[in-house]
Amino acid sequence: MSSPILEMKGISKRFPGVIALDSVDLEVYPGEIVALSGENGAGKSTLMKILGGVYQPDAGQMRIDGQEVVIRSVSDAISRGIGFIHQELNVLDNLNIGENVFLGREPLWGWPLRLVDRRKIHAQTETYLKRLGLDVPSETPLRNLSLAQQQMVEIAKSLSLDARILIMDEPTSSLTLTETERLLEVTKDLRAHGVSIIYISHRLGEIQELADRVVVLRDGRNAGSLAREEINHDNIVKLMVGRDLNHFYEHPQTAPQPPCVEVQNLRTRRYPHTAVSFDIRKGEVLGFAGLVGAGRSEVAQAIFGVDAPLSGTVRLEGESIKISSPQDAIAHGIYLVPEDRRNSGLILEVPIRENITLPALSRYAAAGLIEYDKEEKVAAEMCRKLNIKAPSIEARAGNLSGGNQQKVVLAKWLSLDPKVLIFDEPTRGIDVGAKAEIYQLMRRLAESGVAIMMISSDMEEILGESDRVGVMHEGRLTGILERDQCSEEAIMRLAVGKQ
Amino acid sequence: MRKELGTFALLVVLCIVVAVLNPRFLSPANLQNMARLIGMYGIFSIGSGIVIITGGIDLSVGSIFALLGVLLSIMLTEWHVPGALAVTAVIAVTTGLGLLHGLLVTKVRIQPFIVTLCGLLFYRGLARFIAGDETKGFGSGGFEALRNLATGSLFYIPMPFILMIIIGVVMWVVLHRSVYGRYLYAVGRNEVAARYSGINSPAIIASAYVLSGLLAGVAGVVLAFYTNSISPSSHGNFYELYGIAAAVLGGCSLRGGEGSVIGIIIGAALLQVLQNLVNLLGIPSSLNFAVMGAVILLGVIADQLLQRRSVAK
Repeated sequence: MSSPILEMKGISKRFPGVIALDSVDLEVYPGEIVALSGENGAGKSTLMKILGGVYQPDAGQMRIDGQEVVIRSVSDAISRGIGFIHQELNVLDNLNIGENVFLGREPLWGWPLRLVDRRKIHAQTETYLKRLGLDVPSETPLRNLSLAQQQMVEIAKSLSLDARILIMDEPTSSLTLTETERLLEVTKDLRAHGVSIIYISHRLGEIQELADRVVVLRDGRNAGSLAREEINHDNIVKLMVGRDLNHFYEHPQTAPQPPCVEVQNLRTRRYPHTAVSFDIRKGEVLGFAGLVGAGRSEVAQAIFGVDAPLSGTVRLEGESIKISSPQDAIAHGIYLVPEDRRNSGLILEVPIRENITLPALSRYAAAGLIEYDKEEKVAAEMCRKLNIKAPSIEARAGNLSGGNQQKVVLAKWLSLDPKVLIFDEPTRGIDVGAKAEIYQLMRRLAESGVAIMMISSDMEEILGESDRVGVMHEGRLTGILERDQCSEEAIMRLAVGKQ
Repeated sequence: MRKELGTFALLVVLCIVVAVLNPRFLSPANLQNMARLIGMYGIFSIGSGIVIITGGIDLSVGSIFALLGVLLSIMLTEWHVPGALAVTAVIAVTTGLGLLHGLLVTKVRIQPFIVTLCGLLFYRGLARFIAGDETKGFGSGGFEALRNLATGSLFYIPMPFILMIIIGVVMWVVLHRSVYGRYLYAVGRNEVAARYSGINSPAIIASAYVLSGLLAGVAGVVLAFYTNSISPSSHGNFYELYGIAAAVLGGCSLRGGEGSVIGIIIGAALLQVLQNLVNLLGIPSSLNFAVMGAVILLGVIADQLLQRRSVAK
């Protein structure tokens, strides 16, 4: 085999109180897709940030094309042909595609006026877009593009920088199924053109499809690697958690119960011309599948009162209720675990304790003054019950891993008594271990009689966790499938609008 | 707490420097006069700080002082309204104006800067119109009880300072120990997450402007009797900026969600010591603002540098 384009040897990195990386090795060969796996906190991001010039390692060497290199800064990394597609997109939505691609290094003309050469920008950008199969003009403003298209723009930017090593960090976490397919094709095409790709994803299906090799990190060390033919779900999970995971998908077995919530003719602001009706039974998980933008989150937000519905009725245990704000929903025991937990679910800068008790603070107060011992007791109890891993209840929510953050959001609601719990993308960006815990919790809640609505774009999750599956397409509920009718094909047919 | 300590250290250092350079700094008359001013500025600075904690800003305070002073003077000297009633009425007016700001910010969704900037212009104009652009006042006699509130002392402690301590204690409990206070900080940190947690964030935000109006009303009454003459075109000029400066010096972030009552009071005290320093050290009083600006800037730079060092460690 040819010699590696990138060698990282014995990389160590220490942060105050934690050893993030302990002598980690990584090799990448030309034209190879290496999947970098591991639970959150395993050190993947730190390793990639060292490669991308964001952090400096405390020890270890890096070689590119066999030459020892020191990467001092992000621009250093770029000039050595390392491209980094971050999970959060780094594009400016007030500029157009070409301006984004050439941001900061615009070709100039008309010396000495130094004007931006728009024609050159757009001509070059179009060639990259064509290569990536993105069929929009380079003058399109970024805000008119979908998330998937914006991501393609980021990739185009890396291509224009002659990246030979491309780091992709959770590139598909907010894409729909078809967009994901498209991205995977593009990734394979880049490989065929000799680009080496380091691919980070929690979605094991994608890794299986793409990777030539999987390198797994655990607790800041190399846990092992898998060659192409060894790559499968079980092997990866085993290396990631260092143990076998039973109960990964528990299959529900419940007798039909009376409906807990009945939603009738609900119309949301986004889709004012389509009304949605469904019910959720006591003790069931009603999955909500569909493409991103199908209107699932809007239905959830209407029921929770964040964005009050235009019309429609909601009946809870047979009684009609009026919800025009989250306060109303909460008063009735209807809670939402929102999609965007870092912005809507949590206040990142304040302690876990304050986050957990926020929705029901007056329960831990007398005459409007907070009773701190009560508050602390409840917060500590919830942390223990949900197995939230944190130094203490005073740790900032923002310092926790994604899985633990999600558990804090859940703790907010479980400290009250939920009747209806709506999950919007409950495990997005969460590692396997925490995922399994959240599924178990969901199941336990359902068994205790809570009605659960679970919106998810993860097909495995929908199939594995739902008792019934509602499918939406452009604001319409195109069907509700019973458990025995559920299959990937059946759901996809409804999701694209075929009956 | 760290930021408050830093400002407090700066305050102590400044006091020592001024006291060494001019021992008159420590004379009872000087200390008393300074405490009086700290009290007056402290009261409305707490209001400005509360609005800043919600992520907003209140620029209307100075003009509210002018409007309040003119109204109070007319009520007392021309209409002969009983003192208690007149004071209650003007404080009700300023509180109402605070509510109006709050509703414009939360219901009409205009940016706080714009709402209160318009207030700054409008109330100043209104005050000048009502007064016919003439200086109003309270004369040299009468209204002893009210005058005492501004110029009197209790056991050598100036009344405004005592008033500030009482208000400060109450607001400390409200901000740092009550459910309402927790909501205020939550809304300032992340309004979306607060809403998703069932907090009525518009009501909380509006209430901050109400509190600011209320405290501006109280401070405005004291200020009116302290100056005893209200020239509607200059009375209270720039005071909104003193309030904001005190809050920022005291650890409030303009992004919202940060700050404490103690910090704001220390910030207000620091501003007064700076004023005093200019007077006592024989610095031309025209340099007054320049000194204040320079010290605030240096303080903020030092804070940034220290913060960066503690992050790097």
